[in-house]
Amino acid sequence: MSQINRLSGGQLDRSRPLTFTFDGRSYTGHPGDTLASALLANGVRLMGRSFKYHRPRGVVSAGSEEPNALVELRTGARQEPNTRATVAELYDGLSAQSQNRWPSLAFDALGVNDLFSNVLTAGFYYKTFMWPRAFWEKFYEPIIRRAAGLGSLSMEADPDAYDKGFLHCDLLVIGAGPAGLAAALTAGRNGAQVILADEDFTLGGRLNAEVEEIDGTPAHLWAATAVAELQTLPNVRLMHRTTVLGAFDHGTYAALERNADHVAAPAPDMPRQTLWRIYARQSLLCAGATERMIAFQNNDRPGVMMAGAMRAYANRWAVTAGQQVAVFTNTDNGHRTARDLAALGVDVVGVIDSRPSATATSAALGDYPLFAGAQVVDAKGKLGLTGVTIRRADGSTRTLPCQALGVSGGWNPNVSLTCHQRGRPVWNDQIASFVPGAQLPQGMRVAGAAAGLFSTAEALQSGIDAARAALEALDLKTTALPCPRAEDGAYDIAPLWYVAEGKGRKWLDFQNDVTVKDVKLAHQEGFRSVEHLKRYTTLGMATDQGKTSNLGGLAVMAEATGQSIAETGTTMFRPPYTPVAMGALAGRAAGKDFKPTRLTPSHHWAEEQGAVFVEAGLWLRAQYFPRQGETHWRQTVDREALAVRRSVGVCDVTTLGKIDVQGKDAAAFLNLVYANGFAKLPVGKCRYGVMLREDGIAMDDGTAARLAEDHFVVTTTTANAGPVYRHMEFVRQCLVPEMDVQLISTTDAWAQYAVAGPNARKLLQKLVDPGHDISNEAFPFMGCGEITICGGLRARLFRISFSGELAYEIAVPTRYGDALMRELMTEGAEFDVTPYGTEALGVLRIEKGHATANELNGQTSADHLGMGRMVSTKKDSIGAVLSRRDGLNAPEGVRLMGFEALDGETTLPAGSHLFATTATAQGASEGWLSSAAYSPHLGKSIALGFLERGQDRLGEVVTVANPLQGQSLKARVVSPHFIDPEGERLRA
Amino acid sequence: MRYSALRIAKEALTGHKGWTPVWRDPDPQPVYDYIIIGGGGHGLATAHYLSKVYGKARIAVLEKGWIGGGNVGRNTTIIRSNYLLPGNEPFYEFSLKLWEGLEQDLNYNAMVSQRGIMNLIHTDSQRDAYRRRGNAMILQGSDAELLDAEQVRKEAPFLNFDNARFPIKGALVHRRGGTVRHDAVAWGYARSADSHGVDIIQNCEVTGFNIAQGRIKGVETSRGYIGATKVGVAVAGNSSKVMAMAGMRLPIESHVLQAFVSEGLKPVIPGVITFGAGHFYVSQSDKGGLVFGGDIDGYNSYAQRGNLPVVEDVAEGGMALMPMIGRARLLRMWGGIMDMSMDGSPFIDRTAVDGLYFNGGWCYGGFKATPASGYAFAHLLATDQPHDTATAYRLDRTLTGRMIDEKGVGAQPNLH
Amino acid sequence: MIIPHPLLGPRDAQEFTYLGDAGLINRPYWLSEDAARAFHDYLYLRDNPAGQHRELWFHEQGDRSWLVVTRDTTTHEILKVELARDVALARRGAA
Repeated sequence: MSQINRLSGGQLDRSRPLTFTFDGRSYTGHPGDTLASALLANGVRLMGRSFKYHRPRGVVSAGSEEPNALVELRTGARQEPNTRATVAELYDGLSAQSQNRWPSLAFDALGVNDLFSNVLTAGFYYKTFMWPRAFWEKFYEPIIRRAAGLGSLSMEADPDAYDKGFLHCDLLVIGAGPAGLAAALTAGRNGAQVILADEDFTLGGRLNAEVEEIDGTPAHLWAATAVAELQTLPNVRLMHRTTVLGAFDHGTYAALERNADHVAAPAPDMPRQTLWRIYARQSLLCAGATERMIAFQNNDRPGVMMAGAMRAYANRWAVTAGQQVAVFTNTDNGHRTARDLAALGVDVVGVIDSRPSATATSAALGDYPLFAGAQVVDAKGKLGLTGVTIRRADGSTRTLPCQALGVSGGWNPNVSLTCHQRGRPVWNDQIASFVPGAQLPQGMRVAGAAAGLFSTAEALQSGIDAARAALEALDLKTTALPCPRAEDGAYDIAPLWYVAEGKGRKWLDFQNDVTVKDVKLAHQEGFRSVEHLKRYTTLGMATDQGKTSNLGGLAVMAEATGQSIAETGTTMFRPPYTPVAMGALAGRAAGKDFKPTRLTPSHHWAEEQGAVFVEAGLWLRAQYFPRQGETHWRQTVDREALAVRRSVGVCDVTTLGKIDVQGKDAAAFLNLVYANGFAKLPVGKCRYGVMLREDGIAMDDGTAARLAEDHFVVTTTTANAGPVYRHMEFVRQCLVPEMDVQLISTTDAWAQYAVAGPNARKLLQKLVDPGHDISNEAFPFMGCGEITICGGLRARLFRISFSGELAYEIAVPTRYGDALMRELMTEGAEFDVTPYGTEALGVLRIEKGHATANELNGQTSADHLGMGRMVSTKKDSIGAVLSRRDGLNAPEGVRLMGFEALDGETTLPAGSHLFATTATAQGASEGWLSSAAYSPHLGKSIALGFLERGQDRLGEVVTVANPLQGQSLKARVVSPHFIDPEGERLRA
Repeated sequence: MRYSALRIAKEALTGHKGWTPVWRDPDPQPVYDYIIIGGGGHGLATAHYLSKVYGKARIAVLEKGWIGGGNVGRNTTIIRSNYLLPGNEPFYEFSLKLWEGLEQDLNYNAMVSQRGIMNLIHTDSQRDAYRRRGNAMILQGSDAELLDAEQVRKEAPFLNFDNARFPIKGALVHRRGGTVRHDAVAWGYARSADSHGVDIIQNCEVTGFNIAQGRIKGVETSRGYIGATKVGVAVAGNSSKVMAMAGMRLPIESHVLQAFVSEGLKPVIPGVITFGAGHFYVSQSDKGGLVFGGDIDGYNSYAQRGNLPVVEDVAEGGMALMPMIGRARLLRMWGGIMDMSMDGSPFIDRTAVDGLYFNGGWCYGGFKATPASGYAFAHLLATDQPHDTATAYRLDRTLTGRMIDEKGVGAQPNLH
Repeated sequence: MIIPHPLLGPRDAQEFTYLGDAGLINRPYWLSEDAARAFHDYLYLRDNPAGQHRELWFHEQGDRSWLVVTRDTTTHEILKVELARDVALARRGAA
């Protein structure tokens, strides 16, 4: 039984058979087939189950709007749920599984839901499952969740790569049917930069599905010729398998190109899909129209489909869904289906035309039984259509045996993209549908069926006209193209939304199982606005986003309210036009490539040392350098910290932000930016400074070094390098534009190392070129200067200390960073120089009481940090005025303090809350610990933290509450400067 | 009409002829004691508590469009009580307790589902910050657990543990957090308020205030003038526009926040998961869609739609965190207007005009606050005193420097 | 969105960082009478119009210009773009 429903003709490569499986069964098809067409060819009509009632369903469309025939495509990590069989191109070895059924598609246990449909009406769940209270989460919801969803994910990481790209054009043409091809030819021949995108794998749109002629040539051949010409034009980019997903601001469009969905797997190093961001000066929507259903009793039987789809399957794919077919229509359009299928030898058992006026002479296009003024009132056949019952104009009923029914309720222009910027479509009585409104996205025009122009001749002409208008808007030359000769039939529709007869369910939204009755119930309960209707019944919320269902629902609601459909309105159209893989939206930013990784100049050296690295924003920094025999990170960190205090250590601090400030007014500028004074800082000196936000909260701290009268170097914390630079540019350009000052970020330009410890000077003296005196007298604490090292290499030296030791930071151009680190290690060997990482750096700064991001967390003021007095009252500075508000410097506010574990040993967890020992540890606390460490130097656990009135509570024992981890500890409040509070080490 | 399984069964047998409108569609009366402007979640909740708990009558809710059409109908449905600061946490804990009894209070199943929230931790300092937050939650009566990486792996094995740019080092888990069927919240409150006599008036846009001698007298609307003794404004997304009609400038900027839903998938994600190293959070609805979001677009907007950079940013976060969603398809994206306040926290306060009250500035966190916001606003309207859990939400807190800034980013709304 | 940069032509908004209302250029004088109130209103209060809005954008991944962009917040249409420095200087000149 092979391809029993394959007809003659079609646009297939019959010389090549393709083998594929569906639910484990093997079938054959040909290149040019979709999974849906190949299944139909093999006599398979049952392709899926609906969401709520698990009703058996077959394919209803031949395009991306398909609500029923959704499958899990491929296996293993490439399994792709909810794939529309109608757009899945057949390839050899394709494997697909039906979904949302158990144990099998033909027998689905949850089909039992269908028996209870009278109870499971729209919104029934809002009215029940409330008793007893605990049962919702423990009982009802788990059952509902087990049944949720359609297809399933593999739960394995997606193995494929995705890419992104950017394109620019004069004119983006969306859709390559007659209007789009005519437009692209017009604009292309006139020399404009054109992109023509179409979601199909063969360009031509409906021209490939219809039997008609253009300029005397079969339509699909005319399309192929047009495509061939466009391919020769260097200014035209043809993008097939490319769906324009959304229209965004200022002529920006998102488009998805499926590079490798038509093969089993992408070629090595090739992406599966590419997300394009297209910047189009003008755009032309030629997205065609979607046919709509007429709802009647059991109109969801497998085998009932859109008449246009039935015709497309026959003409393009040489397939019929059954050997006997019928057509139910309210337009002339349905008759084309009957004509074409009859011509291909299919038994057309009847055309049921609801229009009484549709006599054989006026409407019929061939020799088939025509039932004018008749309606289909029921469909038979649970797993596949066996026949339809019709009510004839004379009131008699009759049953027509058939395996497929084509329904044409009219066509709806695909207006979606015209509405992505909140434009609203307008009602058009002529075609009984919505057409694009006047408010279109910037630069957009609409042509062809998308504009409600349904004949091929109108489509061609409107495509040409719109392309010319777009070019004229860009002041590009336009020469008129002769419009090809084509079919120009009128579109004669007598709207019919649903068949009144019959008490059974008449389906509107196939996937979500919304019926005419559900819409009427929504009306009865007051859910009458379209948004209420949608949300209450789930109409239009399926994977087709209402493309096949919305208008029918609106029409039923309009009838119930007595308003017109135009007054009823539509819900919002939102991107994407068709669903898009998450992987494609993310592109290459997955796994380790989620964000760029910044490496410091000593990174490779540190790797050689076996360093453990840690993420610091985008940077990777050496966290610690374990040595042989060290079994716990604490051992390593203790050793590194002690080495700094005892002799000398080196730490890569390149990640700190560096901002070069130059100009006559540089000092005045910094005086405004910093809360403390900078105007009088002498050349050759550094100063610690604190910057406030304008709201008075501490933003960042660091040092600024004055290298010359008109030249400073500002350092920031690693995390704030960007924000501080942005802030300083704001101050410079927006607040003091008259100042002569320039800023540039030099973070990446200089490698910088902290050299800290009692032997720091001795080590550096070995590197610094003669002629630069760095003795304590010549280069005291907070000195700075430009020097040369290692025989002429320019360097900057700052005598600043984060650790509290005699310390320097030395900077060299980044490309010398690696060499300098190696030189420091070689020359430092005699002092047992120790590289230290961010962990030891943290221990050292906590011991010294220096604040970092944990303390400068954007919620603390200078006063909270114990630096309130640094905020000068004698000058203007950013944040000074608002820092004086009560809430930021009240005496009862918090203050940065030191804390020592009462027993010395137990770790004080950062994030613990503080309470007086006399109080119950409950409710709002009196403070919290912000940073904690074990101090190897002091031999005890210490912490920094904020405590209300901390400055008055030295020596007090407080409760350290960490209920999150079941801890309640005691700590003593001490000065935050655990070591060398007088600063003697710094100045040694 | 009381809803129950029995009632459904009965209606099923009689052709569902007995269901009546969930709320009436009354014409406005000439005067009310209380007018609440805004038929969103907060406004409808206010009406419910004002009538049911505070026993007030002659109440109207004025809605310019259809009820529930604002942010209550376009959010990512998360409820939680996991705040750090003392001004916030008791309020959100109160809100969560109201959620926990909502269905019984309203006789409407809004599907409150406490499947838990997991905030992932990727750095040591993030762990410190989350420990501080988790402790604050417990100390204020909420629940929190700190998990290490292995515990997270057990609960969510599908996360990226093996090839992550920012490794998962643990999580703060809030078991009572979860999701709610958002539209049902608006309908449930509307139904209850309506049954307590509140007039819910749709398609009634307020176009002006009648203020005399510093006192509110009534409001001009698209359906005529309506007198009132007290007027409460709860119009998320339009706070600045509405309050400007009363001559007030607010510490608020309106921004667009996008949200996303995937096609329906068989259940994979148990509760809510938030990525700590990117802008991405996700849950899965009872219908099977992955509901997710990220950061606000970052510019002032009333357009209710966003742009591509944020769409891509969110997807990147999703793929970095759970690479198994690569072949899941995004079905729909939408945007709402967020009234972003200058410290990221809301206002429930009196105004300079006697009888005019303001509720707003909920940023992108208003949904979870709906019950408590309604309760506290009703309390304020009824008693002229702030509710105990909402004393910090004063309009003058920026003047006194008592900001409630959870994120610590200061007076820049797009960073909150 | 695409921002027509006065010096560099059309640039994707993704290259920029947004700050907010361009009123932030009008920083009060620190010794003015009632400076506390003036700074408060300057920093915190916003017109927040639904319509034309003058706002500050920083070309962070570009030439580091601060721009004053006049944009309609209901349609996102950009009506005017100026260098913030020019706006600030003009304000100085006017003062």
